[in-house]
Amino acid sequence: MSLTKDEVKHIAELARIGVDEEELEKFSTDLSAVLDWISKLEEADVSAVSPMARVAGSINVAREDRMRESDSREEIIRLFPEERNGYDKVKSVL
Amino acid sequence: MIRELHEKLINKEITAQQLAEEYLARIKEKNPQINAYLTITEELALEQARKVDEKINSGQSIGMLEGIPGAIKDNICIRGIRTTAASKILDNYIAPYDATVIERLKEAGSVFLGKTNLDEFAMGSSTENSAYGVTKNPIDLERVSGGSSGGSAATVAADLAPWALGSDTGGSIREPASFCGVVGLKPTYGRVSRHGLLAMASSLDQIGPITKTVEDAAIILSAIAGEDRMDATTAKSAGKDYEKYLTGEVQGLKIGVVREYLEGLEKEMRQSMEKAIEKFKRLGAEIVDVILPYSPYALPAYYIVQPSEVSSNLARFDGIRYGLRVDDEQESGFPADGMPKKLLETYLDSRRYGLGAEVKRRIMLGTYALSAGYYDAYYKRAQKVRALIRQDFEAAFEKVDLIFSPVAPTPAFRIGEKTSDPLKMYLEDIFSVTANIAGVPAIAVPGEEVEFEGKKLPFGFQLSAKWFDEENLLRAAHAYEIGK
Repeated sequence: MSLTKDEVKHIAELARIGVDEEELEKFSTDLSAVLDWISKLEEADVSAVSPMARVAGSINVAREDRMRESDSREEIIRLFPEERNGYDKVKSVL
Repeated sequence: MIRELHEKLINKEITAQQLAEEYLARIKEKNPQINAYLTITEELALEQARKVDEKINSGQSIGMLEGIPGAIKDNICIRGIRTTAASKILDNYIAPYDATVIERLKEAGSVFLGKTNLDEFAMGSSTENSAYGVTKNPIDLERVSGGSSGGSAATVAADLAPWALGSDTGGSIREPASFCGVVGLKPTYGRVSRHGLLAMASSLDQIGPITKTVEDAAIILSAIAGEDRMDATTAKSAGKDYEKYLTGEVQGLKIGVVREYLEGLEKEMRQSMEKAIEKFKRLGAEIVDVILPYSPYALPAYYIVQPSEVSSNLARFDGIRYGLRVDDEQESGFPADGMPKKLLETYLDSRRYGLGAEVKRRIMLGTYALSAGYYDAYYKRAQKVRALIRQDFEAAFEKVDLIFSPVAPTPAFRIGEKTSDPLKMYLEDIFSVTANIAGVPAIAVPGEEVEFEGKKLPFGFQLSAKWFDEENLLRAAHAYEIGK
């Protein structure tokens, strides 16, 4: 399963990871090799099973949607790469 | 080892502060050589130790873990402490909360010496993918400590902590334990809360102990296991003290051996495994041949499921709310496609410069597998193969109580040996990955050392047990450890 550089570029775009020409080459080689090896899965007869969605066996666990105070507000704000008046300053989203 | 230290504390042979200082001194001396610790939490350790000493001096009785120092893999959050996941993208990240396992260990009175090195975001089998340098194997400095919990395993092996926490998604506790000659336990999926563990693959991750002895692993498990409202995948607490199940007996236990696994090993390694099986026989266990017909598909299925979940879990590292934010002021050459250009560039640049090559590889693999047109062929199919592998285990466990296998094909390899080819590194997990795929608990125990490339090196074997049967798992491992 060989990926073209264009396909890798598209994947990088979806994954929001910037790549240069050299990296595109390397990733295209690496990813193609792995996908090749993974194609072995096509041999398995999966007609009789459903996808394994649950590992531990627990069914949807819910709790009450009750608001509570957070005691880590200051610590979280301190993590913002750029802060202004307690807000996280980012590039324009519009 | 934990029990002995506990006795020393209650007999007042040593104070908790002296114990912590002893380890901190040894860390300062040895860590520059092996790079096991990324952050040493001296102040925190001494403060925690001081509180325990106060308790002892006031005549109060203390629990088994009180005052006992340990190390924590740096993908587990301790509030107020730098937590990097061995990535540049979190170089300056100070965790604003405690992981549930940390809360429980704090409640148990344990002392934290520091955060240990790992492959970046737990992706790797050698700790060579750390953005902060590899952790060298204390037994042979030219070799890797294994991964991704290499720092934790090396820490315990080099006496830089009596116990450590690791995490295991495809073998990341067990393989480094094997490489460093220590014990590593991956609990059943759902046994231990993942809240506060920087998520890698949510249907595979588990936190577990790395220790010198099986008893120590049991003691740590008892402290951290149990239902957590912050992790909906945790199972109801068993409320067990696992160390109480270590009878030293294996009479009546049936241990399944997958002959195919052993046949694939080189002579020295195969002989080490056969000696371990002989010992179990001598101790009174019944050895039964079992087959796991779909196990050849476990590793490829893992390399679809895991990267897919990784691609989703690592989307949050985008330079927006925390961590590294980069703007290299250059055009990335991607179309903005309806999104404000400058915002897109923030994502592209922050992730480009903050994440390492292996992390990017896996995110992209997962993105591809989950993308439109490929989801059915890859992710859905892999999840079906996963169901087949689980069925294999269910069938095997009708005949046996435990399954024996190697942990990895060889002992610790040399630094740099497998870094040029990602696939070569992935194949390290060939024996360990099935336990994560099926969700069963598994433990790595040091077997007979092997002669490899002219060196005598540790080499572990692995036992897996039925879901939620850590009692029999630990009992058998412990019996092997103390038996003759």
